[in-house]
Amino acid sequence: MWWTFKMAWRDSRGSRRRLLLFLSSMVLGVAALVAINSFGDNLRQAVDDEARTLLGADLSFEDDQPFSEEIEALIDSLGGEQSRRVSFASMVLFPKTDLARLATVRAIEGRYPYYGVVETTPPEAAARYLTEGGALVDKTLMQQAGAQVGDSIRIGGVTYRIAGQLEKTPRESSAMMLFSPRVYIPLARLDTTLLQRGSRAEYEVYFRFEDGRDAEALQEALRPRLREAGVGSDTVEEIKENWDEGLTNLYRFLSLVGFVALLLGGLGVASAVHVYVKQRIDTVAVLRCLGATSRRTFGVYLVQAAAMGLLGGGIGAVLGIGIQTLLPRVLGDFLPVDLAFRVSWPAVALGVGIGVGVTLLFALLPLLGVRNVSPLRALRAAYEERGGYRDPLRWVVFGLLAAGITTFAVVQAPRWIYGVWYAVGIAVVFGLLALTARAIMVLTRKFFPTSWPYTWRQGLANLYRPNNQTLILMLVLGLGTFLIMTLYLAQSTLLAQINVATEEGQPDLVLFDVQPDQVDGVVDSIRAQGVPVLDRVPIVTMRLQAVKGRTIAEMRADSTTRVSWAHRREYRSSYRGALTDAERLVAGRFTGSVPPGTAVAPVSLEQEIARDLEVGLGDTLVWDVQGVPITTVVGSIREVDWRRLSTNFFAVFPEGVLEQAPQFFVVLARTKTAERAAAVQSAVVQAYPNVSSIDLSLVMGVFDAIFSRVSFAIRFMALFSILTGIIVLAGAVVVSRFQRISESVLLKTLGASRRQVYRIMLVEYLFLGVFATLTGVVLAVGGSWALAVFVFEAPFQLPLWPLLGTLVTVTGLTIGIGLLNSRGVYDRPPLEVLRAETA
Amino acid sequence: MPLQQDEPRPGAPVLRVHRLTKTYASGARTLTVLRDVSFDVAEGETCAIVGPSGSGKTTLLGLCAGLDDPTDGSVELCGIDLGPLSEDARAEVRNRYVGFVFQTFQLIPTLTALENVMVPAELRGETGVLDHARALLEQVGLGDRLDHYPAQLSGGEQQRVALARAFINRPTILFADEPTGNLDDETGTAIERLIFDLNRAAGTTLVIVTHDLDLARRTGRIIRLKGGRVVSDEPTGVPGAVQDEPVEEGPVEEGPVEERSVAS
Repeated sequence: MWWTFKMAWRDSRGSRRRLLLFLSSMVLGVAALVAINSFGDNLRQAVDDEARTLLGADLSFEDDQPFSEEIEALIDSLGGEQSRRVSFASMVLFPKTDLARLATVRAIEGRYPYYGVVETTPPEAAARYLTEGGALVDKTLMQQAGAQVGDSIRIGGVTYRIAGQLEKTPRESSAMMLFSPRVYIPLARLDTTLLQRGSRAEYEVYFRFEDGRDAEALQEALRPRLREAGVGSDTVEEIKENWDEGLTNLYRFLSLVGFVALLLGGLGVASAVHVYVKQRIDTVAVLRCLGATSRRTFGVYLVQAAAMGLLGGGIGAVLGIGIQTLLPRVLGDFLPVDLAFRVSWPAVALGVGIGVGVTLLFALLPLLGVRNVSPLRALRAAYEERGGYRDPLRWVVFGLLAAGITTFAVVQAPRWIYGVWYAVGIAVVFGLLALTARAIMVLTRKFFPTSWPYTWRQGLANLYRPNNQTLILMLVLGLGTFLIMTLYLAQSTLLAQINVATEEGQPDLVLFDVQPDQVDGVVDSIRAQGVPVLDRVPIVTMRLQAVKGRTIAEMRADSTTRVSWAHRREYRSSYRGALTDAERLVAGRFTGSVPPGTAVAPVSLEQEIARDLEVGLGDTLVWDVQGVPITTVVGSIREVDWRRLSTNFFAVFPEGVLEQAPQFFVVLARTKTAERAAAVQSAVVQAYPNVSSIDLSLVMGVFDAIFSRVSFAIRFMALFSILTGIIVLAGAVVVSRFQRISESVLLKTLGASRRQVYRIMLVEYLFLGVFATLTGVVLAVGGSWALAVFVFEAPFQLPLWPLLGTLVTVTGLTIGIGLLNSRGVYDRPPLEVLRAETA
Repeated sequence: MPLQQDEPRPGAPVLRVHRLTKTYASGARTLTVLRDVSFDVAEGETCAIVGPSGSGKTTLLGLCAGLDDPTDGSVELCGIDLGPLSEDARAEVRNRYVGFVFQTFQLIPTLTALENVMVPAELRGETGVLDHARALLEQVGLGDRLDHYPAQLSGGEQQRVALARAFINRPTILFADEPTGNLDDETGTAIERLIFDLNRAAGTTLVIVTHDLDLARRTGRIIRLKGGRVVSDEPTGVPGAVQDEPVEEGPVEEGPVEERSVAS
């Protein structure tokens, strides 16, 4: 055993710098894993530590209407310290700039949050706004409105002085703020007309128990009563679990992206070890001659590979810890808590362990050959190993690799099936790239352009000659290109989806919460700005009371019946005479109107909700329309294109049923420009403060921003793959340097000029770069087409210029690295090389 | 691993080759390299295997040393039948009883001269071989080049290191494959002298494969191969050993590294 270590050390002499290059291909992959996992551990720790600040209290109840008397009595009986909060979406108006925006208004009474703080500028504003009756306004919104502390903000009929700017609030990440900016006001000063029926609001009560009561147990005991009353409740533990789950999914997903870097690095190791072992075959043969068993010689190189993995893992871990400090900046917008820097030793151990494992597994493939080196080679330099012999252990190694990758993916993926798909996807992409490489070698040889100039023929022939780099460069460059381009194309497809909303004839301004008596006035004021009104859609809030003759309460009581969210949820339904162009009938007949007083009206259901409710054509549904039961029968089933940012509904009633029910309207308009949209919003909010509006181009901007941040995080992790690809590429070129030197020296001896020698190399790298990148691009186009069609269900976008740009950049990079590493090749003295050949 | 059932039989020839045949598949054809070759080599005997290129000399040497499996026939080395042994067991037999000198020296490029010499002993798990290795290197005239790497040594010097390595385990039999084939005449002569001298001192059985008849005639017996068959097996008249003067003290004069002779 000791001999094995001693020999491994001695044998590595003269190659240690090269070994360092091999291990550097592992470093970034390990760094990525350590960084993201250590970060993830920190995150979970922080969530655990600050769980109470995430809820801000020990227990909370929430309902979408004011609490019933019974629940109010329950709240009273629970005691402890209590705070109330009412949240709703509303337009807010900045009179100074006349800017109106939709915001989430939180009206607060009491000292909530009890744990954690609302961070404001100036800091004392967090406490002062309640006593002063002022408002706290989200930072981004302040910037958009050009508002400053001390200015005023109007919500409904009440104007508030802006007491401070909201920097950070418990339970809400910056990304949430982007979706809908927050405005905090004292509940006592709320314009209650904003909370009329039909407007959606969330009523919450927060408790703090000083007497050490167990909030979990209390919630458990109260659960049946709360559920009965349709009241939700949260405890610290629940919030913690929710965040834990979400954040774990986030960082695990990123860890899967980072893992690709490690796999690429593994390929680099395999290719480097392959060349290394080739150069060591004579040594192995001599050792075998001198009496070393195959196991001992194999051991020498296995020890070297393990040491390489360990060193690479160690360096990677250190680098990973460094990178970990960057991650809060990359993901900061999605985090609900502040992160303290802490090294997670389990993550370091995991990273180093996986690094060593991947190195060993990938090194094993070429190392297996060491076992079969014949001692005869020492006698005959030209002795050929048994041709076509495939070590059966190769399959064991392949199996271990597949099992290792799948296990890692399954453990990291949010759902095991995703992990399996990830592994399958990796295998398919690797397989296709390898297959393409093989095809290129075979086809180049078969259809060799014999009429090309000499240097071009030489360069092209290098693609299939012995010791070529086609396969490894194909895998590395192809995979890198594939990853980046798939991300890019998926993002383009998704963003193009939202752009559909800004197309001609589509609404770009949505006004909602318009009361029936306000509809005409709102429409008039929109038209007064010269903006066409596209539609006015009535919306009636309702819940299901009975499905197929059984009440929801009965179904809930029966443990054998499945009661889904579709049974319990609140529906916002509409009535109209025809289908819209976003709808398609899949079953039954759509009924546009019924005579007033029809006892059982035919209703049209969206197909997914019909499936959830387990109802089909002819089944009866009884709706509770704000206290009034309305019996319907499923008359038709529709497919709805939800991607249209227009008004779509699960249930559409015929005209003649809901006209008398409490309702509000959504008015759709097309403003075309941001200025006109702002003018309409401002005009409407001044006349009708309860009417909210959404400028869809702003929504698109927000979506774009969120998507950019998510894709930045993904790209950040993908960057490790790219960098690893470059290192492996450089490694492959360096490894083949000796062969290149001897080739070019031979050519030089035979009379080739410097220009010719370099042109041959340029042509080779040009072809390698173009072929590999092209394959990566084609795979990416195929992959994102599949994503678009099967996952996003969106028309596929194919931006040509970025694809072309990638092709040129990656090929240029390949040529650059190739030539940079080959510099000086021509200047080597021929004797030195010719001698080394025979020694 | 101790070779318990492979211990040599006392009194047996050191090398017994019996009806040895070796064929290779060459495409669809079968190529017979050795046919029905038999001979014994007694303890302390020196013998040369000669023949033109392609006569099967090196193949025979490889089979004798257990580097390859015969197609038919058997090889007994120090009384141990190599046939039933696995490749690893044969490696252990080599380590215990065999020394090797190659035409292309076959030093491990990453080890110093001293380390190269120690490899066979270290493989056996022997400790404290440093002094022995150093003494051997001094004996071959390289006492001042212990820490040089093969690339820093001339061809003759490399072959001296290889010789020292061959003797480190006090082998029963030494196989030399064209030991002077890659050296110029002067250096080759010096190496020849060293081989016979070390051999005589250690009482080692010597089998040399060569096409150099002058070298062959210095052994006690010449086995001629042609077309894979033994065409003659005769004593040279030299009584078991060479009639040469003892090796001179100090290194044999050779050209500097740059001018060393190499095979073309």
